Amino acid sequence: MKTSVWSILSIFILTLTGCGDQQQPEPNSEADTPIEVSEPTGIEPIPRVERLRVATTTSLYDTGLWGYLEPMFEEAHGIELDVLYAGTGRALDWGRRGDVDVITVHSRNREEEFVTDGHGVERVPFAYNYFLIVGPESDPAGISGMSPEEAVVALMETGEVPFVSRGDDSGTHGKEISIWASAGYDYDEDVRTAGEWYVEGGSGMGPTLVMADEMGAYTLSDIGTYIAYQGDLTLVPIVDEGDALLNVYSVIQVTTSKDPELSAALVEFLISDEVQQLIGDYGVEVYGRQLFTPCAGEEL
Amino acid sequence: MSQLTEAFGIAIRMIFSGDPVVYSIALRTLLIASVATLFASMLFVPLGCLIYFGRFRGRRLAVAFIQTMYSVPTVFVGMLVFLLVSRSGPLGSMGLLFTPWAIILGEIALIAPIITGLTISALQSTGQGLADTAAALGASRGRIILKVLSEARYAVLTSLLMGFGRAVSEVGIAIMVGGNISGYTRTLTTAIALGVGKGETAASIALGLILLSLAMLVSIAVNLMQNRAG
Repeated sequence: MKTSVWSILSIFILTLTGCGDQQQPEPNSEADTPIEVSEPTGIEPIPRVERLRVATTTSLYDTGLWGYLEPMFEEAHGIELDVLYAGTGRALDWGRRGDVDVITVHSRNREEEFVTDGHGVERVPFAYNYFLIVGPESDPAGISGMSPEEAVVALMETGEVPFVSRGDDSGTHGKEISIWASAGYDYDEDVRTAGEWYVEGGSGMGPTLVMADEMGAYTLSDIGTYIAYQGDLTLVPIVDEGDALLNVYSVIQVTTSKDPELSAALVEFLISDEVQQLIGDYGVEVYGRQLFTPCAGEEL
Repeated sequence: MSQLTEAFGIAIRMIFSGDPVVYSIALRTLLIASVATLFASMLFVPLGCLIYFGRFRGRRLAVAFIQTMYSVPTVFVGMLVFLLVSRSGPLGSMGLLFTPWAIILGEIALIAPIITGLTISALQSTGQGLADTAAALGASRGRIILKVLSEARYAVLTSLLMGFGRAVSEVGIAIMVGGNISGYTRTLTTAIALGVGKGETAASIALGLILLSLAMLVSIAVNLMQNRAG
């Protein structure tokens, strides 16, 4: 009885190594010897198809941009590109630990520190857009038309209209903290303890927008994710002007990448004329406006 | 309300039209949890026997500890496995992080206490009587163990099914060490987590219904086993 259950399970094992390979394995791969295939308990540490890992900030994932670009890079190089989404803080941490080959994030200070510390080869900006403070159409705190710094002061003084913070050490969260700082508040001492109206959501951009929508709250969002989610939300842009709201996305090759050549190729891919054009056009048809402005390699 | 019924309608259609993405995720989840259960059964059914038949000090304490670990939080296991298989960790050179094998490793650790503990219970409920009788009839120690184990086989199989059920439905490990990579480490639970965040309600419901049907199959199997055992 037990033997038969186990034999069924061991058939599963044989197919598992191929379970993620949507591509056919290369026909003349040397590693593909019959001995390995008939070895059901052998853990195969390196999958047959070469895989490159890019860790991306959630906004480039939730907008669908990476899902759109991924197959192009895979086809051009005959590899599998694994796209992992996380806040900028976590993506940088994966890079520091050597768990990913390339990162695409948006937090200039931390990116520069990452490169200075020897974890990244070079910080290459490839696109930008803007942040917005979005909120209920009725604008209960009356912050419409203000600068982002004035707006957060008004939120603090009103002290009852909820604001949902990412609270996840992401690039957007970092931007929010810097706005509080320029408005004269100490983030840990003044803001996090300000009261129930200040909500630390701890999720990605998409879920945070959904949460703010449900709570009738304000939140800081990158415009790309906001536009991509706009159809499901009642939130409207409230504050959208101010130098502080610039949002630059960079790509960095991780120094410990197992395949530096391919990693460098991914950086080149993102700033190539063709892909820059695609990034600029991305979402225009669906949302009626540009989500990202390409800026190949230029500092803003 | 209409939104909900509409989403359910789309979900049902996705399931019955054999949506390839939904089914590849379901199959992958099944494979990963099955392999984890297989490895765990090879390691921890014997360990359960060893603890039941072993006469050592602190045996009760060991059993109590194992039972406590039934409810170990999956994210905690996920974090430990992450630190273990990250390239900076002790098993880093194997390159397991963000592959299905990392999830399997985590699930093995997650269900180890369940399989060990329930195996011990299974052997206990078969009763000391059987072992005593066999011993009185002059059976060797090895034969006694085999006899008790074969008598308890349905209950032991139930422990494997319980382990499988926990593995197939967990999300913390899969998202932390698998990374929810589309087409590679995305499982039913991580796909639901992402889908809910993105507001893709219908697809999430479809995946949830598939997960529920898997859980139901396991539960039916457990009941059948228990009837046989009883």
